[in-house]
Amino acid sequence: MPETVLKLSGITKRFGALVANDGIDLDLKKGEVVALLGENGAGKTTLMNILFGHYVADEGHIEAFGQPLPVGDPKAALQAGIGMVHQHFTLADNMSVFDNIVLGTQSPWSWRLDRRGATARIRKLSADFGLAVDPAAQVSLLAVGERQRVEILKALYRDARVLILDEPTAVLTPQETEALFATLKLLVAEGLSIIFISHKLNEVMAVSDRVLVLRGGRLAGERRTSDTTRQELASLMVGQEVRMPEPRPASPGAPLLEFDNVSTGQRPGGSPLREVSFALRAGAITGLAGVSGNGQGAIAAIIAGTERPVSGRIRVEGRQIGDWSPRAALSAGIARIPEDRHAVGSIADMSVAENVVSERYRQEPFSRAGVVNWGEARRFAERLIADYDVKCPSPETRIRLLSGGNMQKLILGRALDPDPIIILANQPTRGLDVGAVAYVHGKLLEARDRGAAILLISEDLDEVLALSDSIIVAYQGRVSVPSSRGERSVAELGELMAGHGIGEAA
Amino acid sequence: MEALEILFTASFWVAAIRIASPLIFATMGELICERAGVLNLGIEGIMTAGAFAGWFTVYSGGDLWTGVAVAALAGAMFGALHATLTVPLGLSQHVVGIGITLLATSLTYFVYRVALPEVTSPPRIEPFRPYAVPYLSDIPLIGPALFNQTPLTYLAFITVALVAWVLYRTPLGLAVRAAGENPAAVEAQGMSVTAIRMGAVMVGSALMAVGGAFLTMSAFSSFFFEMVNGRGWVCIALVVFGSWRPGKALLGAILFAAFDAYQIRLQQVAEGIPYQAFLMMPYVLSILALIVMSRRAAYPKALMVPYQKGER
Amino acid sequence: MRLEAKPTPSLATSLAYPLGAVAVTLALVSLLVIAAGASPFSVFHLVLVGAAGTQFAALETLTRATPLIFTGLAVAVAFRAKLWNIGAEAQLYVGAVVTVVLGTGALPLPAPLLIPILIVAAMIGGGLMLLGPAFLKVRLGVDEVVTTLLLNFVVLLFVSMLLEGVLRDPMALGWPRSASLVAEARLPRVVTGLRLHYGFVLAVVAAVAVWFVMKKTTLGYEMRAVGHNAEAARFAGIPVNRVLLKTAMISGGLAALAGFSEVAGTARNLTLELSPGFGYTGIVVAMLAMLNPLGVVAAAIFVAGIFVGADAMSRTAGVPSYIANVMVATALLTMVTAIMLSRFRIRWN
Repeated sequence: MPETVLKLSGITKRFGALVANDGIDLDLKKGEVVALLGENGAGKTTLMNILFGHYVADEGHIEAFGQPLPVGDPKAALQAGIGMVHQHFTLADNMSVFDNIVLGTQSPWSWRLDRRGATARIRKLSADFGLAVDPAAQVSLLAVGERQRVEILKALYRDARVLILDEPTAVLTPQETEALFATLKLLVAEGLSIIFISHKLNEVMAVSDRVLVLRGGRLAGERRTSDTTRQELASLMVGQEVRMPEPRPASPGAPLLEFDNVSTGQRPGGSPLREVSFALRAGAITGLAGVSGNGQGAIAAIIAGTERPVSGRIRVEGRQIGDWSPRAALSAGIARIPEDRHAVGSIADMSVAENVVSERYRQEPFSRAGVVNWGEARRFAERLIADYDVKCPSPETRIRLLSGGNMQKLILGRALDPDPIIILANQPTRGLDVGAVAYVHGKLLEARDRGAAILLISEDLDEVLALSDSIIVAYQGRVSVPSSRGERSVAELGELMAGHGIGEAA
Repeated sequence: MEALEILFTASFWVAAIRIASPLIFATMGELICERAGVLNLGIEGIMTAGAFAGWFTVYSGGDLWTGVAVAALAGAMFGALHATLTVPLGLSQHVVGIGITLLATSLTYFVYRVALPEVTSPPRIEPFRPYAVPYLSDIPLIGPALFNQTPLTYLAFITVALVAWVLYRTPLGLAVRAAGENPAAVEAQGMSVTAIRMGAVMVGSALMAVGGAFLTMSAFSSFFFEMVNGRGWVCIALVVFGSWRPGKALLGAILFAAFDAYQIRLQQVAEGIPYQAFLMMPYVLSILALIVMSRRAAYPKALMVPYQKGER
Repeated sequence: MRLEAKPTPSLATSLAYPLGAVAVTLALVSLLVIAAGASPFSVFHLVLVGAAGTQFAALETLTRATPLIFTGLAVAVAFRAKLWNIGAEAQLYVGAVVTVVLGTGALPLPAPLLIPILIVAAMIGGGLMLLGPAFLKVRLGVDEVVTTLLLNFVVLLFVSMLLEGVLRDPMALGWPRSASLVAEARLPRVVTGLRLHYGFVLAVVAAVAVWFVMKKTTLGYEMRAVGHNAEAARFAGIPVNRVLLKTAMISGGLAALAGFSEVAGTARNLTLELSPGFGYTGIVVAMLAMLNPLGVVAAAIFVAGIFVGADAMSRTAGVPSYIANVMVATALLTMVTAIMLSRFRIRWN
């Protein structure tokens, strides 16, 4: 009987009125891969943050390797052999791989940093587990897959016996995902035990021995993977039937937005564009697939108006654009749903009313001769709150108090209200629960059916496949030839995402 | 011509290094704070407080090194106040910094007036005397400049070496740098960003105060109002100019001080130009240095971003 | 330890915290007073009487508050847009210089024409003074805190140079000062015989105007949005750089009005003693007012009262008048803490 390495009992955690975890029990045996499955907001990350010590549970206790684990103390968790690869990497970009791995592992009172011994150890671990990294490389220059390897090495360097991976495949191509699963097998063979957080059913089925399903903060069910099915897990995950909207067949019309050999200069945070050409047709959703950082940012920025191409042409409704800016984009009929609703899509400390007029405050009826009509703004906010089913006390509420899903609905409403002809939807359902995801998909399909041309940028290949009438793939600033719905398989898309076949005649 | 000849006198370089010394301490102090991610605008006030605390300790009968220690302690205390407000409470580093400068300065003046109510001219103490290192101080031109200075100046240079060593070659320095780049990385490795930042600010503020103490205990020998005269703000520019690296910042401090020493001597040589024009030049130079360096700013990524643990 | 956002607090709670800050300030200052060998009660009483105990004192407080309202507004407007204007002192002096250059006889105009011209000219001068650092910020990313701070020193030296040179009053013996303003350039007194002048009225009007702009105009909305989240504002189509430059012109202009008002209303000429740090004190006034323009009037009067009262108290009780500066700095720090505590709860783990 393999020993129990981790035992969580009755974990409960509240944030104000929200119960994020409600009496959850979890145990992990040596050499096991347990998947923690649940939709966004189900409480998976909260539970793991409690385990790792970032949060303190209100009730319940944890045992690691038979010993009680001190709460709220990441150092204790690390010492107990628990390592975590966070969903958003915890790496210092301007420092080297070595620096990041060694940080916190040597005594702060030591007068010298041991470089030689530490570097040798890193290289050995790297070789043993097939995690190729260059200790001297600066993290900011690494690709996402490499950064994840550094994160795993961080945990292994500290002799982790339990490894928690939080949504590790969100940023990987299908092939990189396969490589990660192979690494996990190696780790298990070495005696590690793994907790794998995901909301993707096929991965959970592929890699885990057991599945725990969380829903609304509670444990909805626990199964041996070999004894269950995708459908059972899906219904455990979601509870009631949430019907994802089914797209009607599309009849694409004229191209409303065209990129013609567009290139950009160097830009921070992702590839520049290299002679990118594609067209968004009226009444169709074009899905842009690909790992983040391959040019999606540049494409989104150009459509949104915040950046200008260095060469090439952009045409809206057949006319070449001249002066370009967010205001010009809005006047041209482009609606933007930005990638980051907190940092870019909304102004946290302003009210709902102040936020919903942020793109149109200079026009009637919201202002005249430079004086704002706050009454009209309030009425507009109230209308959006009602029409988009936003849970919000009043238009005067500061928008930071709204949940992610409600904030996204407001942003959607703000974008769709002027009946835009072109819609940029950048990661529109990131971090939303299934109900909100279905809602957003429904609204996008409605807009499509009304004749809008939509660009859907998403890291979630399933979402792209479900919604898109036409799919293009981005890789290192180039974009593939489009394929229509069903034309390419997931494996073929994966190849394109990894760069095979883009740039030459694809 | 006479203006250039100034550069070849030993006394010019001696003055340059002497003028640089308080700047070196204070710049190192600010550098440590900013590397950890905290902008410390209390520097001008903390230097004032340090100048007074050190001087007053000696005036009250203590010896010089005790004065330096007391100055450092005063700095650390103001640093603790700054850090408490900006790190765990996450208040605006700009506002708190200005507040600390105002508080430290006004407290200093208040205590001075209470302690010495009836003085017309500032009383003097016996300051640090220069110590000439044998043989080395006889090197032409730079010998006296580098090796015939007061012990505090030697301490300033040692401080730079120490800061550079700790920052780049010790685990503690790695943690400090990481706190200024990505606090989440520090927390994920089981360390406390709050503890690191607070410690850095306190140590940095202690150094700033010692820089102030140099003015009253080594450069001049009495305390007078407005004696810091904007040096603190210049040091903030020097940190940027030095790209947050101790060696480069040291160079910047010496260059700036050389310029300052130069303009003082130039005043005697250049007739007809109002002296204010010369006095302005160091400040203008600092602004120019900032402009030049801004194009290549490689600042700590998490500078001025307060870190809130587990915020939802 | 964690900070947790509280839902919007009631008016009562939002007032309780600032009052708590004042109480803590008084407590800390009392300790200093005791250390100085005086009784806190008598000292505070003397400060109160000195600030508002007689009609003379009250009007003196309002006179002292006038430049603080202007610099407080200047800082509030700038800080709202996250433009860290620490150079109000320099902008004030620019306004003063412009007033003296144009108002000592260069423009032979009657008062109803001359005074508005001086106001506009001073504002333009102050605005341009802050425009430089603002431009460096938006174009080159140079931090405006340091540039505005260093410029304070530069401008002060420049003024000193002018006072000993071009602007020097040939009839003055001793300390350098400028020529006096002609009668048409002087702001009349509100009450004859007392020091309160129409600069105070102008300041209150300015406060109301700033309040209107911030709350009701598109420019005010843009400034607030940029201050809260410049990236989101840019995405929404707000021209962030242009807004920051406009903010700089307004903020610098308001600070310059402090200089105009002090020259035209109080001093009637220009010396280096014109401002005992009004620019820096404006920062405290703005923060105490929580960057609210109408609150700036109240905060300015409050702070002015402390200084005026402390001066009077110092003459009687012998406690150094610097206690006022300590009190104001402490009030700033406690106030900023109190505001945060009113919005966030501290959760200990």
